[in-house]
Amino acid sequence: MLKQGNIPLFHISRRKALPWQLAWLIRGVAIVLALLVCAIITTQMTDYNPLQVYATMWNGAFGTTRKIWILGQDIAILLCISLAVTPAFKMRFWNIGAEGQVLAGGLACAACMICLGDTLPNALLIVCMAAASIAAGALWALIPAIFKAKWNTNETLFTLMMNYVATQLVAFFVIVWEVPKGAGKVGIINQATEAGWLPQIGSYKYLLNILIVALLTIGMYVYLNYTKQGYELSVVGESEHTARYVGIKVSRVILRTLLLSGAVCGVAGLLLVGGTDHTITTTIADGRGFTAVMVSWLAKFNPIGMIFASFLLVFLDRGASEISTNFGLNQSFGDILTGVILFFIIGSEFFITYQVQFRRSGKKEDDNV
Amino acid sequence: MFDFVSFIPRAVVQGIPLLFGATGETLTEKSGNLNLGIPGVMYVGAISGVIGAFFYEQSADGALHAFPAIAIPLLCCLLGSLLMGLIYCFLTVSLRANQNVTGLAMATFGVGFGNFFGGSLIRLTGSEVPSIALSATSAYFSKSLPFASDLGWFGTIFLSYGFMAYLAVVLALAASFLLRRTRTGLHLRAVGESPATADAAGISTTRYKYGATCVGSMIAGLGGLYYVMDYASGVWSNNAFGDRGWLAIALVIFTIWRPNVGVLASILFGGLYILYLYIPTGTNLAIKELYKMLPYIVTIIVLIIVSARNQKENQPPESLGLAYFREER
Amino acid sequence: MQLRNISKSFGTVLANDHVWLDIYRGEILALLGENGSGKTTLMNMLSGIYFPDEGQIFVDGKEVVIRSPKDALSLGIGMIHQHFKLVDVFTAVENIVLGLNEPGRLDMAAVSKKVCDICDAYGFEVDPAQKIYNMSVSQKQTVEIVKVLYRGADILILDEPTAVLTPQETDKLFAVLRNMRDAGKAIVIITHKMHEVEDLSDRVAVLRHGQFVGDMITAQTNAAEMTSMMIGHSVTLNIERTEPIDPKPRVEVRDLTVCSVDGVLKLDGVSFTANAGEILGVAGISGCGQKELLEAIAGLQTVEHGSICYVEDGGTRDELVGRDPLSIAAKGVSLSFVPEDRLGMGLVGSMDLTDNMMLRSYRRGRSPFVDRRTPRRLAEAVVSELSVNTPGVNTPVRRLSGGNVQKVLVGREISSDPTVLLTAYAVRGLDINASYTIYELLNRQKERGVAVIYVGEDLDVLLELCDRILVLCGGKVSGIVDGRKTDKRQVGMMMTRLAGDTDA
Repeated sequence: MLKQGNIPLFHISRRKALPWQLAWLIRGVAIVLALLVCAIITTQMTDYNPLQVYATMWNGAFGTTRKIWILGQDIAILLCISLAVTPAFKMRFWNIGAEGQVLAGGLACAACMICLGDTLPNALLIVCMAAASIAAGALWALIPAIFKAKWNTNETLFTLMMNYVATQLVAFFVIVWEVPKGAGKVGIINQATEAGWLPQIGSYKYLLNILIVALLTIGMYVYLNYTKQGYELSVVGESEHTARYVGIKVSRVILRTLLLSGAVCGVAGLLLVGGTDHTITTTIADGRGFTAVMVSWLAKFNPIGMIFASFLLVFLDRGASEISTNFGLNQSFGDILTGVILFFIIGSEFFITYQVQFRRSGKKEDDNV
Repeated sequence: MFDFVSFIPRAVVQGIPLLFGATGETLTEKSGNLNLGIPGVMYVGAISGVIGAFFYEQSADGALHAFPAIAIPLLCCLLGSLLMGLIYCFLTVSLRANQNVTGLAMATFGVGFGNFFGGSLIRLTGSEVPSIALSATSAYFSKSLPFASDLGWFGTIFLSYGFMAYLAVVLALAASFLLRRTRTGLHLRAVGESPATADAAGISTTRYKYGATCVGSMIAGLGGLYYVMDYASGVWSNNAFGDRGWLAIALVIFTIWRPNVGVLASILFGGLYILYLYIPTGTNLAIKELYKMLPYIVTIIVLIIVSARNQKENQPPESLGLAYFREER
Repeated sequence: MQLRNISKSFGTVLANDHVWLDIYRGEILALLGENGSGKTTLMNMLSGIYFPDEGQIFVDGKEVVIRSPKDALSLGIGMIHQHFKLVDVFTAVENIVLGLNEPGRLDMAAVSKKVCDICDAYGFEVDPAQKIYNMSVSQKQTVEIVKVLYRGADILILDEPTAVLTPQETDKLFAVLRNMRDAGKAIVIITHKMHEVEDLSDRVAVLRHGQFVGDMITAQTNAAEMTSMMIGHSVTLNIERTEPIDPKPRVEVRDLTVCSVDGVLKLDGVSFTANAGEILGVAGISGCGQKELLEAIAGLQTVEHGSICYVEDGGTRDELVGRDPLSIAAKGVSLSFVPEDRLGMGLVGSMDLTDNMMLRSYRRGRSPFVDRRTPRRLAEAVVSELSVNTPGVNTPVRRLSGGNVQKVLVGREISSDPTVLLTAYAVRGLDINASYTIYELLNRQKERGVAVIYVGEDLDVLLELCDRILVLCGGKVSGIVDGRKTDKRQVGMMMTRLAGDTDA
């Protein structure tokens, strides 16, 4: 008989399979636990009871028509960037440079608006902006991809560094283009002529962005699941051995996928600069390049799931900002709540992938036999 | 004529937070954990120190003693960053979560945590400006040797800093010594290079990963504290720390995972960061933003060269970013 | 040291089934068994890599629990693994002291000196400051052995230590092991090579299919008896074997030489012809170049020199060396390959049956979209024809049992109507029924006029299924025999013979 105390207390092994209902149940429990923790934190900070906390958050997200539109816009942009990083992640290429790729796209867009704003007819200008944004975003992602394909350069660190190169590049141009001189910001581009502003649908400022991203979501879903290229990149992500076995050229797939990834980031830049902000700043991506990494991962790289994941994160953010306005807390409150929720969901994945078996003492085992 | 005597001290004080961050992150990465949450950890370290100092200043009511004025912020800072390290380890080592995702979540959380409590403190003081000044505490942190100013340029370049700057150098050299010359360092590197081998050799990979990451976080947290207490003269304002956390990660790559190189490299990075202040007057102001790009460009070039030359010694730790599970075959 | 009732299973595979084994001090024990007979698994439990599902271990009469390699080391158990456990960027000394917790500070100079002393004492040549990645395979092994010696382990386990050594090095190693035995240590050596058992060991224990068959004093036995214990009695499997119809050369391999990535010679001047309408078996102890042979034909290995010629029915010859799988297919050569690593290479574990069916064929057609209807029909056909046990064609293949995974893989590879079919360990881990299904499939392919190359480990199957058997030994061909006219003993001897020759 094995001596108790000397044997490992528990044994961890990979699960064979878990019905998806149970997997979602685990995630659901994690989210509920996280929300409880968040509620406790919030009640400590404010004198609300937990229910009021959530009522306030709900109000912050859905309180007025305007708030709903902002919610939609924020979801759209976050979702767009999440869609962009997904093909790369599915290929196990850790592109955490979406921030930089969005900035590159936005910068190219702003450049077109400023330099060509007076010379081209509006329709042509918008085409130029779109092309430039997409190309710039794609280029920004292609650079690390080339080195990854050729020398296996660590892409996580490379794309991370590219973010700050892009930030400084934008900072440079912001000063070059600043209006008025010495203001340190570009201000609204082409305010008078509205040249290069993406058209508004009716009176809804954000509708176009939301529609474009909706189309992109469907497109990305189809690309990943129903096209040959999407199929190839999942094979490469799962096993390079298998990819070689069936004759897939791995480096070509890497380059192609990162071009796509960067291009969609470029679109996000276009929508931000050309569609809503009509200006360029270094914080235009606002950390969403990083949040997108988490959205994509939380949704298990499924574009449809990402709608819900980005909804959850944006909802928290908007809700928390409502709480902070009401209580004069600062905006960063949302980041804390987001962080807590993420920690719980990240942790819950363990219980989906692995099972923990506690070893019982030898005696009990005998009894059971 | 370029004024080195004034340039170097400014580069050094810019470099010290990076040096703390890079030393901490190097230790962490050597254990195979890529902690992208370092920016968050540094924020948490800074704000924890600030909170400690703030309440001590409030309670002492102006009559500060040197020892608690230094010890309280220091301990709070270490405790705060230790907790961050523990969260990261629990998720990535014990629960084997994805390191990139966990790290980024930590960065979001940490920066938010710092700014939130910073903001709350600012509200508590009811001050007009969006910042807290802890000048009394800061005075203890930034105190340099009394005779430094008597020694001319030598004193300015080498002796004009607060004690934490020297602590950073000592820690970096100690980390380097630890990694290269001691048994613990050898085991730690083995865990990062090949956990399976280390495991077979009877080394507890879990314990080393936890240890390195937590100690690494604590060192990185000190970087945040140094920034507030010494560099910024005790003034906390939200987001002032900026992207220095990411720059610290860049520094790790730039030094090719060698903390002793970091001592000089951090000064170089600090210098590159403020080089724009020294461009001749009359140059377009925009150029200074391009100068700020230099540390990142240099890092990318190092990253490329290292991977292209493919020299085994200079590679990132082999298992960087991967969770280890013994029974996975 | 005593092992009692040790069992360990991986998933549904029982690797060790109530094994009893005694290990004595001052004795060299040879642990003998075929591939997959559970030798390494058993020893891994002694060295703390795995934890047994049940059973007890006694050291010096006291029951012990070995939870980790650390526990094993503190009991004086040291293991030299087949795959070296060395850190590449470390020097020899750094690897040697790794994991040791000697008191005091780390004094590399002193360690180096001690290492040199050990080397001098036993005649090893190790440069203490050399980095592992600069070392040859045999140097790495030397470091591994010195590492264990440095620790003063008194129970030493070596997993196929001679596989990578030159005869001279082997002799040196054996001399060291004998010295250690004389110093009262217990030594276990895992091996396939009969002559080494005879040469070195005092006692030999045999495992078969995870079970302990028996042990005996080496001096009182002979190679023939050990071989029959190891491979078991010839069993009649009643595998159907049809007569080859109109065999003609399909693949001609001439003087094929392949090196692995780290420069080890894996295939050395291999020549043979595989005929259409025939099953050519490939026998050999594991790691003798079977994998490289198949991968070279499939276009996945860099070939040093030699040629692989594909002969069409009309007599047209195509050279396959230097082509990748795509361009081989583009040449019109219809080649199917069932690799050894099913989920790591042949299939994508997380994808469902349908998606795995189209791995080979998804490029067809010009549409940018994949056509899932045809693969789906194929998946359904494979499921029903080969009676694959699966909840449905949308189940990820990783969830299927080993036999069903293999049926899916073979089903796909056969579906493309190949003219050449390469299979590596097609029935490994499969139960009896599934195995017969696979044999049946191979026979049907043979009747279709396909050149089947069957790499196998079970000699009984090879003897009953294959028309001709190519025996590999250490990367060389030690002979090609007629499957109908030969017996198990002869093939068994051929599998080990060549190594014996080089030793002599």
